[in-house]
Amino acid sequence: MANEVVDHGRRRFLTATTAVVGGLGIVSAAVPFIKSWEPSARAKAAGAPVTQSLAKIEAGQMLAVSWRSLPVFVINRTPAQLATLPEVDSRLVDPKSDGASATQQPKYAQNETRSIKPEWLVIVGICTHLGCVPNFVPEIKPEPFDPNWKGGFYCPCHHSRYDLAGRVFSGVPAPKNLEVPPYHFIDDKTIQIGVDPKEAG
Amino acid sequence: MTKRQLLMKRYIFPVALAFGLIVGSASAQAAEEGGLLPAGTNVQDQASLQRGAKLFFNYCVGCHSLKYMRYSRIASDLGLSEQEVMQNLNFTGARFDDPVVSHMPADSATKWFGKAPPDLSLEVSAKTADWVYTYLNTFYLDPHSPIGWNNTTLPNAAMPFPLWELQGLQTAEMKPAKPGEDPAVEKLVLSQPGKLTPAQYQQATRDLTSFLEYASEPVALERHHYGIWVLLFLAFFTLLAAMLKKEYWKDVH
Amino acid sequence: MANVFTNIGDWVTERAPNMMPAYRKHMTEYYAPKNFNLWYYFGSLALLVLVNQIVTGIFLTMNYNPSAAGAFDSVQYIMRDVEWGWLIRYMHSTGASLFFVVVFLHMFRGMMYGSYKKPRELVWLLGMLIFLVLMAEAFMGYVLPWGNMSFWGAKVIVSLFGTIPVIGGQLVEWIMGDFLPADATLNRFFALHVIALPIVLLLLVVLHIAALHEVGSNNPDGVEIKKGPKGNRWDALKPADGIPFHPYYTVKDLVGVGFFLLIAAFIIFFAPTFGGWFLEHDNSIMANNLVTPAEIKPVWYFTPFYAIVRMIPSFAGTAVWGVLAMFGAIAVLFLLPWFDRGKVKSIRHRGTGYKVALGLFVLSFFGLGAVGAGITAEVIPEWFGDVDLTTYENAFGRLMTLIYFGFFAFLWAYTHFGWEKTKPVPERVTTHD
Repeated sequence: MANEVVDHGRRRFLTATTAVVGGLGIVSAAVPFIKSWEPSARAKAAGAPVTQSLAKIEAGQMLAVSWRSLPVFVINRTPAQLATLPEVDSRLVDPKSDGASATQQPKYAQNETRSIKPEWLVIVGICTHLGCVPNFVPEIKPEPFDPNWKGGFYCPCHHSRYDLAGRVFSGVPAPKNLEVPPYHFIDDKTIQIGVDPKEAG
Repeated sequence: MTKRQLLMKRYIFPVALAFGLIVGSASAQAAEEGGLLPAGTNVQDQASLQRGAKLFFNYCVGCHSLKYMRYSRIASDLGLSEQEVMQNLNFTGARFDDPVVSHMPADSATKWFGKAPPDLSLEVSAKTADWVYTYLNTFYLDPHSPIGWNNTTLPNAAMPFPLWELQGLQTAEMKPAKPGEDPAVEKLVLSQPGKLTPAQYQQATRDLTSFLEYASEPVALERHHYGIWVLLFLAFFTLLAAMLKKEYWKDVH
Repeated sequence: MANVFTNIGDWVTERAPNMMPAYRKHMTEYYAPKNFNLWYYFGSLALLVLVNQIVTGIFLTMNYNPSAAGAFDSVQYIMRDVEWGWLIRYMHSTGASLFFVVVFLHMFRGMMYGSYKKPRELVWLLGMLIFLVLMAEAFMGYVLPWGNMSFWGAKVIVSLFGTIPVIGGQLVEWIMGDFLPADATLNRFFALHVIALPIVLLLLVVLHIAALHEVGSNNPDGVEIKKGPKGNRWDALKPADGIPFHPYYTVKDLVGVGFFLLIAAFIIFFAPTFGGWFLEHDNSIMANNLVTPAEIKPVWYFTPFYAIVRMIPSFAGTAVWGVLAMFGAIAVLFLLPWFDRGKVKSIRHRGTGYKVALGLFVLSFFGLGAVGAGITAEVIPEWFGDVDLTTYENAFGRLMTLIYFGFFAFLWAYTHFGWEKTKPVPERVTTHD
């Protein structure tokens, strides 16, 4: 039986090195499994941007478009409707969309009309209270739920109200303004919902 | 006995295993001849895949779907832009990330041809590239066939030949028939030339087969690249592990 | 830092006194013979593959659709649309085939070195049970992609049970839940493959290793180290020829793992179908009960057993004999410890007759595999020209079947009547210092 001295330093070094390299291997091997949870090509296709022509939407009209299984309202606001927006400011929770609703729209829609072009409103039709789809009530006339109604959205479930820029009124259950999805104009008569203007360029 | 074990353990076993694997997979491919023409496809040749894609969408997609392939995947794998694909390949009016689905209605197809044209997403996986390539080269005019065409690789296939413009028209020279038996095809002859020379047509069908081979397994384009890194890492790890083992086994006599 | 671990260790020991000793008993104080060779890698490799199958299997189940209408599409979805789905799928399919490579080699080691003999018969029996469950698990797993070979393989194998007299027909319907392999069959195979059999498999593996550790490992010399001299450089009371499993065999098995992963990675990344042997061509076509594949053959690891079914002719109006022979081929393996009446364990010290017989047994296994895989059907016309294929194939296959079963009969007679001339078994293992 040979009498050699155990080189503990070498053993520690080799063990550590093998453990580190092996550990790197296991972590690398875990990456594909974790990434397999990312949306698949099928999910991404279903959630792909939606191109919508604006040609047939007349002034004052709304078209509902499905994007990522969400109802997106595309509204062609008249000048009269646009004029109502500053009038209701005092009755809103967050008229400038920079408070509670700061994250409800992209930067380019954080304005008075909550849109890129003033007349075109693109808004997700899901009430920010508990998720019902609000009704589009555009006529500027007194309504049972609001004698001073200036047009907007009225949610049948728990009676939340929004103006014609999707901004929520005070004193209703919903806490935030309706969400504006990413979108951009491909040309004057076509929008694409799901892509910001910067990305598209 | 001990020395031999050491020798085996060290060298012969892993070498033999590797050799066996290589020979095994090579011979498995070589053995798949059986009278088929060698396709000579190369899915790593992007230009070939692009040409094949063009052929497929011009001549095949009218009847055949590739329902497991998305246009967007074809674009990114073949180095084509969205515009190139949507303008030059998409004749089905689909969206960019939709699968390639032919608009031939299945019931009409069954009425016209006897059976619906099959989806070709996995055709090369199922039949092999050699088979598909040979099939595309062995159509011939057959006055006895209800559709006027026949094919020596798949006799009485209910498929009309879409590439005749390119190949030209082949006819069959029959062997003398034995009494009581149907005459068999001796060989095929090009009776009327097409737009391509025979060599060009073979290349075209090679491209088309390559494209279908890619469609059968799109990831074949890139798995080798990952594989090299994985093998290098594992070789390094095994070396480290062997050093660690040797060090500890100094204790064992 | 080490303090934290010691404190946790103490906390656990206070509440579960035998947990830490269990680790020592099975790892650092489990003394295994020091002369393990190449053949001793396959047990740990089998465990590695089992873990692989479970992990990749779980992730496949996340995207797989177990309905007859959606299964095939879902596999293509995994291969093309799911990020890295292709890799997970190939790891699973390659693992399945490599599982059998490893397990066959593992079992062969047991045969060569007499690891099934007293006192390790229980280890062997549990191992054979694992083998049986593994075959069922693999069979059901192969049906899940619902390709044409999945369907027809299921149909053929399930029909084997139909040969059982009286109850056969009903039994087949009961297994399938329908009149042919259909949605009901696929769904139940899914449940069994994904949860029921894996649990049984894990339990059996735990028992298999526990049973082994009770009696201690065998070795290539077939020497019982527990019966030899006591005292090694780690423990004065333990066998002289034993070494602690950890760190010596953990570190050695790690090298085996490295080599094995190299082979597996080569297949996964460069030849995932392995020329049609691991992923068969016909399974790229969706299940079709109207179109039978040109040659229905089982996956390669079932080919020897399937060949036996085909080689035994029908008799007295029933084909059940082939099925009985197939199960018999596995039953004789179960009974190996009782067929072999010899006292000498390892092939190194056994008579020439045994070595020849074992060699022939291996050849017969490969020969039967060639028949089952359709290789003989291709090769016979090439070598012998225009002869009656069935006659030649049956002649060869039946000879192979005879040799296969003959091995066990021979072994019994050889050892029972004392014809075997063994060499003297050494007291110590051959690589002692």
